Amino acid sequence: MNPVLKLENINKKISDFFSLRDINLEFFKGEAHVLIGENASGKTSLMKIIAGFYLKDNGKIYIDNKEVKINSPADSKKIGISMIHQDFSLFDHFSIAENIFLESKKYSILSLKIIDFESMCSECDNLFAKFNIKLDSKTKVKKLSFAQKQLVEVAKAYVNKPKIIIMDEPSSSLTINESKILFNIIKELKKLNSVIIFISHRIEDLNAIGDRISILREGKIIFSSATLNLSEDKIINLMTGMDYSKRYPKLNIQHGREILRVKDLTSGKTFKNLNFNLYKKEILGITGLAGSGKSKLARCIFGIDKIKSGKIYLDNKFVNIKNTIDSIDNKIGYLSEDKYKDGLFLYLNIPLNITAPNLKRISNGYFIDKSFEKELTNTYTKKLDIKYANLYDNISQLSGGNQQKIALAKWIISRSKILILDEPTIGIDIASKVDIYNIINELVTKGSSIILISSDINEIIGMCDRVLVLYEGEISKTLTRENLSRDKIIKYMVKLGDNNL
Amino acid sequence: MKESINNIFKNNLLVTYRKLSAIREMTVLISIIFISIILAIASPHFITKDNLISTTIGLSSDVIIVIGVTIVLISGGLDLSVGSIMSLSGITCGMLYLYGVNIWIACIISILIGTSFGFINGYFIGKIGLNPFITTLAIAGISRGLSYILTEGSPISLYGVPKSFSNISQSRIGEVPIVILVIFLVTLICDYLLRRSDFFRKVFYLGSNEKAALLSGINIKKIKIIVYVSCALFAALAGVLSTARFTVVTPSAGIGAEMRSISAAVIGGASLSGGEGTIIGAVLGVILLNIINNGLILLNVPVYWQDFVNGAILLLAVTIDFVNQKKRKELH
Repeated sequence: MNPVLKLENINKKISDFFSLRDINLEFFKGEAHVLIGENASGKTSLMKIIAGFYLKDNGKIYIDNKEVKINSPADSKKIGISMIHQDFSLFDHFSIAENIFLESKKYSILSLKIIDFESMCSECDNLFAKFNIKLDSKTKVKKLSFAQKQLVEVAKAYVNKPKIIIMDEPSSSLTINESKILFNIIKELKKLNSVIIFISHRIEDLNAIGDRISILREGKIIFSSATLNLSEDKIINLMTGMDYSKRYPKLNIQHGREILRVKDLTSGKTFKNLNFNLYKKEILGITGLAGSGKSKLARCIFGIDKIKSGKIYLDNKFVNIKNTIDSIDNKIGYLSEDKYKDGLFLYLNIPLNITAPNLKRISNGYFIDKSFEKELTNTYTKKLDIKYANLYDNISQLSGGNQQKIALAKWIISRSKILILDEPTIGIDIASKVDIYNIINELVTKGSSIILISSDINEIIGMCDRVLVLYEGEISKTLTRENLSRDKIIKYMVKLGDNNL
Repeated sequence: MKESINNIFKNNLLVTYRKLSAIREMTVLISIIFISIILAIASPHFITKDNLISTTIGLSSDVIIVIGVTIVLISGGLDLSVGSIMSLSGITCGMLYLYGVNIWIACIISILIGTSFGFINGYFIGKIGLNPFITTLAIAGISRGLSYILTEGSPISLYGVPKSFSNISQSRIGEVPIVILVIFLVTLICDYLLRRSDFFRKVFYLGSNEKAALLSGINIKKIKIIVYVSCALFAALAGVLSTARFTVVTPSAGIGAEMRSISAAVIGGASLSGGEGTIIGAVLGVILLNIINNGLILLNVPVYWQDFVNGAILLLAVTIDFVNQKKRKELH
């Protein structure tokens, strides 16, 4: 069988520290080729070369055995390559249907720019029904969640029937249900003889849809094969070059007294009458599908979003948290889900990022003690093993894992008693994940309590003492560590019976 | 052995050079020196005591304005009302004096009036959440309009104003006008505050990422209001200062001040996307622009070309800023 797409000795210098070296890969029709690698291993850069966003330094690209020049995204599109980005190419102010059929031009009447809206929407609805996507085609895209946009993006690619489709970590923000939909679409694409290039660092994805696997490490392909029966440990070993037998370094720590109690907490629409508590030195997991209200809950406790009714008690005392200033004063910390958008100051340096919520600690109210700031930064970058070239570089130059550690460091410095972590390990490599779990452990040992919000069930099982499973804004079950299991969590996440999983 | 010492020396020099050229202020300073040398060769009048002193006095109100504008830009905002607020405070100061109010009290009242327009800016932008461009454009219209309404469009002369007032921009220590010294001092103080004070640190956070600032427990509404209030305060000070200098108030004072100050701030390293900028850089930017304008005059280019040149410089500065931002984002 001839490969549809063949890469021959591709080289590309990305930065002074990093380059893609001698990439040789073949992609076959009707196959899902899973590209696995840690963050910053070069997966996305390689794909950007194929999609025309980066120019390769040298090497050759063949399509159907003919050499092609890809100098721009337009060239790549002409060949039939379509790439689904992490940042979307959707138009927020248009409906889902309009977005999906934007490029197909199928519904332009008489090749005028008039659109047959009704039949377009009905085809879109049919498509959604086929894949069990529960969205209305007339909804404007701006109303969708991140995960829903991801699905729309994939559906759009499906409609365009590309020869080669590149998906950059499409599953990282999806829940189990949504991942299933994604995998169904991929199966259909395979039937259409498309080549699917699936970038991921989730090993589960490989088992679900992969036909072939290639592993990238430090800009080089270190493994490529059509055999899939690799053990998880083996893959992690190949990805990181290290042995990670202990991915979840859970400690057994005796809990202390109750530190937080949430009583009848109700937000506008997302959740109502939530009751739960948190003990000193406890890691409380909160999980649920997208839209179950888990992130909203965190935002309400931290004072970003307004609560409608209900009370929050800290150390048995009622506190009125009106905004983030109140919550920080009460020693609550919060790591947001989207660190780039609202967790970090990407274009400020490391000390400035680390001290953002800690101005009170490093200043006398008027002036900042720069030497103390530097000392704090040095101490904690060393402690958390944050790697950087220059302390005063913008943190945009650091890797995702190191950025996440900085986001954590600021709350450690602020001596948070309660730390709410919303998807703290999403989109970072396994080595950094383990580092972050160890940091969480150390915090707990020193007396903090953690609320760990995650859709990664392995992480929830691996790290939490107690787990609240949310379903449509209600606690469907509280599970203790002894009776945690993947099946149970999934069961309560989807409230089996009400939902056709 | 000798060679290696040589190498170390060379490397150190190279590093120092790189560090220096990475500082925006250095680039602007070098440009100023470069253009000055050209002007000195082209015109015999450039390096004369009179020309230098009148140029520096001429740029004093621009310097005061640019400090406020830079603060606003760092916060991620924009203020198009500085020129109009400057003119309105000059006019209220002059009118109050003509109605018999003591000139110093008139100064204070007019500065308060100008500053209150900054509060309006800050209230609408910070508290209500309007877009800074539109809000300050509207306030610019309102305050410029008030200037015309109050004066009915014509300049007003401040007859018999006390010497102590009109001397603000005349008195000198030796050859150096006191105003220049004061402004120099204010620049240094503001620059220091910007680098070291708790408040301005929050301004940087706000401009760099508003959401992250909110999540860090920073009262962004309050910061925004203070930022626009201080910007208007500086504009009002500039208005009073130019009233003292000319002893005439005109409703068309400060036209184009927004453009000049934004250009200067961006030339000096401020970014239109916020989170970046220094006061010294912005002040050097003002000096650069004023030297260019001075050069145009000395080279007998008609005055009407000044706006043209200023506009072209703004476009250039903003383009450079844009390209830099883009590079940075691509790196990321």
